Amino acid sequence: MTTAVRFTGVSRHFGSVRAVDGVDIEIAEGEFFAMLGPSGSGKTTCLRLIAGFEQPTAGEIAIFGEPAQGVPPYKRHVNTVFQDYALFPHLSVIDNVAYGLMIAGQPKAQRRRAAEEALEMVALPGYGTRKPSELSGGQRQRVALARALVNRPKVLLLDEPLGALDLKLREQMQEELKALQRKLGITFVFVTHDQGEALSMADRVAVFNEGRIVQVGQPQDIYYRPEVPFVADFVGSSNVFPPDLTERLTGKRAHAALRPEAVRLGAEGHGATVRGSSFIGTATKVALDMDGIPMIALLPKGAPVPEAGAQVRVSWADEDLHVMDPNA
Amino acid sequence: MHSDRAPMGLKIAAGAGLAFMHLPLILIFVYAFTTEEKSYQWPPPGLTLKWFAVTWGRADVWEALSLSLRVAAISTAIALVLGTLCAAAVSRSKFFGREAISLMVILPIALPGIITGISLRAAFNLADIPFSFWTIVLGHATFCVVVVYNNAVARFRRISGSLIEASLDLGADSFQTFRHVILPNIATALLAGGMLAFALSFDEVIVTTFTAGQQQTLPIWMLEELVRPRQRPVTNVVAMVVVLVTFLPILGAYYLTRGTESVAGQGK
Repeated sequence: MTTAVRFTGVSRHFGSVRAVDGVDIEIAEGEFFAMLGPSGSGKTTCLRLIAGFEQPTAGEIAIFGEPAQGVPPYKRHVNTVFQDYALFPHLSVIDNVAYGLMIAGQPKAQRRRAAEEALEMVALPGYGTRKPSELSGGQRQRVALARALVNRPKVLLLDEPLGALDLKLREQMQEELKALQRKLGITFVFVTHDQGEALSMADRVAVFNEGRIVQVGQPQDIYYRPEVPFVADFVGSSNVFPPDLTERLTGKRAHAALRPEAVRLGAEGHGATVRGSSFIGTATKVALDMDGIPMIALLPKGAPVPEAGAQVRVSWADEDLHVMDPNA
Repeated sequence: MHSDRAPMGLKIAAGAGLAFMHLPLILIFVYAFTTEEKSYQWPPPGLTLKWFAVTWGRADVWEALSLSLRVAAISTAIALVLGTLCAAAVSRSKFFGREAISLMVILPIALPGIITGISLRAAFNLADIPFSFWTIVLGHATFCVVVVYNNAVARFRRISGSLIEASLDLGADSFQTFRHVILPNIATALLAGGMLAFALSFDEVIVTTFTAGQQQTLPIWMLEELVRPRQRPVTNVVAMVVVLVTFLPILGAYYLTRGTESVAGQGK
């Protein structure tokens, strides 16, 4: 399989700030790759390094095998969907979409036809004559997508593209983006701070923290088998057990992660105190204190919810307790 | 009930204030038609159109008008190029001394013209530059740049940075990005700034007195005419022309920048 984007020891420092610090990535052709992390973790800088808006302080970037060193953004076969969409306010929707083709020197009739097709692809046929200011947020997002895709990029970069949309629209766009990516077979690199978005859309996810990648893997791996406490906490708000407790429970000295939905309240198990509970729709979230270690349990609908201050017993299946690599 | 309507007294005061500012202009226009040529006598003893013909035939008027137009055009052109470049640098990039440069660009318009004039004259003398058409242009360019810069910098601030990145991302190099994205978004600001600069240059007196040699721009010519009375109403005819030539661009600038608050930077 061809490698679409390869980072080898890439760093980008801004003065004393290590925005990206020794990152290695290999993104395969046709892959839907998500970069997930809190703000300031370096994921957007990585995207800008691929686009060519930033140059690495150290390390090498190759796009389809060709070194990207010194190649300006306008010479890269990579297009970006910007977080604020960055539609040109003085151009109509169709001219926005056809911009890249106009720059490439395509004749007017041809690029208009291509732009119309791209608008149809994102379910906005007939919107060509409008100005961006006349569109809703979701429509602008689609125009931005069409404007990037019409150039048939080898890699499409998406910078938190759904961040400004409301929940319902966001879920709809997630599915559409995924379907579009499968249909076109273009490599998508998607930056987000929303773990649900990353897990549901991507083929593989890279979790960023403080300029470094802390784990790369398929969504299931990231979710069920976090390698470091940060991933367990950030990706699924797992309960993280310190090495002491893990050693007492399993004999292995390392951090361990336990998913809230795997925690059972019953007659057996470890003693814990209920701190409080909150109803979250499909389940009830119960905050517990187990020997000074805070824990979250998700109780399915219909299960009795204990009062705050009550003494309960918690248990879980052994296979649900994921012990992390002690060296990670 | 609270009323949105202003009290009568305030209306009268506002009207009087406006009249005080604009009635003298009408006086100038009226004297352009008077039959009396030595002194300004009110009311005019008679009305005539002959001063228009006389003005038309005066070579010195044409010379002064032509000089003023050429100076204004070239100063404005210089101001457009330098003002835009400067505004782009100050608003698009961060560098050491950026604020200082911004202040130094704006300073000439805050500085009294007489100081600009004296210092330029001293500098030209020191550098042994003979006074000419170009020294007038240089003098005018110092304050024309400010007007263009101020207009352009305000508009540049409203263009979101990602617009330029989007253009680069879509394959346009820096020049194409300027041509297709930046220029259309700052065009009205430049036009407005250019018109104001033109009008400022066209009626400038103080800096011109210090930087001109033997040439007379139109305002300087008018000043001289008032000192030695000869066919006085000719000056009034010229004054009418000056009012029209400077008023129209300013009106144009006003209409161009009005209602364009939402042109650029509407990312979201």
